[in-house]
Amino acid sequence: MDTFGLLANGLVAALQWQNLLYALLGVTLGTAVGVLPGIGPALTVALLLPVTYRLDPTGSLIMFAGIYYGGMYGGSTTSILLNTPGESASIVTALEGNKMARKGRGGPALATAAIGSFVAGLIATIALAFLAPWVVKVALSFGPADYFALMVLAFITVSAAFGDSPLRGVTALFIGLGLGVIGIDLQTGQARLVFGIPDLLDGIEVTTLAVALFAIGETLSIASSRTQMKEEVLAVKGSVWMTLEDWKRSWGPWLRGTLIGFPIGAMPAGGAEIGTFFSYAAERRLAKHPEEFGHGAIEGVAGPEAANNASAAGTLVPLLTLGLPTSATAAIMLAGFQQFGLQPGPLLFANNAPLVWSLIASLLVANFMLLVLNLPLIGLWVKLLTVPRPWLYAGILTFATLGTLGANGAMSGRLGPIPFSFELLILLAFGILGYGLRRFGYPIAPVVIGLILGPLAEQQLRRALAISQGDPMVLVHTPIAITLYIVAAAAVLIPLYFRLRGKGAVLSQMASDED
Amino acid sequence: MSLGEPNLSRRPDGAALFIALVLAVIAAVIIWQTSMMRVPPIQAKVGPQVFPYVIAGGLVLLSIGTALSAWRGQFPAREKDNYGPMLWIIGGLVAQMLLLGWAGFSIGTAILFAFTAKAFGRGPLWQTIPIGFVLAFVIWFIFSRGLQLALPMGPLERLIP
Repeated sequence: MDTFGLLANGLVAALQWQNLLYALLGVTLGTAVGVLPGIGPALTVALLLPVTYRLDPTGSLIMFAGIYYGGMYGGSTTSILLNTPGESASIVTALEGNKMARKGRGGPALATAAIGSFVAGLIATIALAFLAPWVVKVALSFGPADYFALMVLAFITVSAAFGDSPLRGVTALFIGLGLGVIGIDLQTGQARLVFGIPDLLDGIEVTTLAVALFAIGETLSIASSRTQMKEEVLAVKGSVWMTLEDWKRSWGPWLRGTLIGFPIGAMPAGGAEIGTFFSYAAERRLAKHPEEFGHGAIEGVAGPEAANNASAAGTLVPLLTLGLPTSATAAIMLAGFQQFGLQPGPLLFANNAPLVWSLIASLLVANFMLLVLNLPLIGLWVKLLTVPRPWLYAGILTFATLGTLGANGAMSGRLGPIPFSFELLILLAFGILGYGLRRFGYPIAPVVIGLILGPLAEQQLRRALAISQGDPMVLVHTPIAITLYIVAAAAVLIPLYFRLRGKGAVLSQMASDED
Repeated sequence: MSLGEPNLSRRPDGAALFIALVLAVIAAVIIWQTSMMRVPPIQAKVGPQVFPYVIAGGLVLLSIGTALSAWRGQFPAREKDNYGPMLWIIGGLVAQMLLLGWAGFSIGTAILFAFTAKAFGRGPLWQTIPIGFVLAFVIWFIFSRGLQLALPMGPLERLIP
């Protein structure tokens, strides 16, 4: 069947009333949680994963799609009305969007962000639908050695290529890889690094790690900061609607942002924020009134927001077709698939086509819902932004522990006569780790990606070596693998070159890679 | 742990040296644990020990790199931290963990909620604990009855049929 037919079937499935309900619930919850200051899409998805535990796989993944897009949208609202972006990909939106809100143009800023997100989401999701079968076709010819090379490339781009310190990025990655070894080895059934603790046999849960690093670590570091920022939420004054002039200035940036964002997201490299920086730079160069940039230029909101959403849809290409998560959010989504015993990759397209296509179709549905829901509900989201910090963080920790208990609430630990949940102990330990990582400038995403991708990379490595009977040359035996290693080397060397030439500023701007 | 000094100071960054030490210890633990594994000879060639050894090797190199970086003071500057609020939050998490098993979700979570609010300067506890309790109880009801999540029950939760 061709892509149109498959997508149409997917749409029929996604438009069933209970699936529409799941999508609506996902979109609403995703936006509501994503709009809270300090909660990015990764944490939104991790916190809301337990809500989907009891649903069937299709319903759960559809709700997930809604949460993912809703979380992205909520983040941009936060950064426009409050100058602290909830997600690193919205940093650029905050530059111009917050200035617009200060000038009383918060309404049009939110509108151009929302409509731009919709346009980008629509184009990028359709692009995903058409690109994915191609990538699947290519991926089916990949051998274990090629997969291993692909994962090495992802490891390097996620940890070393961007950010202000390759050393700290790679260290974060190796912490994740080390955590990934814990548990029963899939191929031989032997326990590794479990220290005789039965709870560790199943390994470290990705969601527990993500919630700990993002929610607990963030709360600890904000609570301990002496210079607690004083923030003011800007009221949305005047009309939400854009003027004709705003439309004229917005549509170009929307399309350009989409064109920039989607390919960057779709590459097995990762990081939604890179696309937003490029888009901002491009709009600044092309603008008729470049002097407005820095003082609330609408192009500077429209372009990066579109790029942000397009690359969010783009990251689903490597995730769905290759099983390769390139952002912390995608890593948690991969964990969401795995809880149903589904492993994204070319085989998922072959064996579970209806599920994949209804997921893609529900992305389109979620996108429409966001457009219809969000502009009228802006008043409600603004109220959520004004939740005082003590209640906000108390609530975040409540839900963080709730989600962890919901995933694994067994009271398997024991302190004297008192039973306790081992999973919560892990949550606390990694929460403190997350605080330490933040304090010393280590990026968080590589830890999460290392944990989930490490075991998959090991599996491919051992498969490749088993086929070659231990000859390591098999790893560089195919043209695909060699190409991927060359790209990986370039991904390290080119930024290094820029850094040596003193142009590290842009790279370190991309450092706060949290999603 | 930290001296809170700007990273430009010449003296080695003690906290960062400590990180290097921790990385080295983790590598040592991985090597030690992996070497104790008994692997049947048929698996020995590309068995379950290869990857842990590679990771441990990487961690050793990163530990050396971190030590050099600490020596040169290349870590980003840090502000002096306030440990009081942190202790309230960690205390709240520990208290919740130890209460859940016998006192139930609502009481344990009420303590976590109130302690966290306290860390951000909202009190007093005799007001925030009841607020946290009501909230936690409502959440417990929605998630354990509505969404069938297995959340720990205590005497109060058992009152609800």
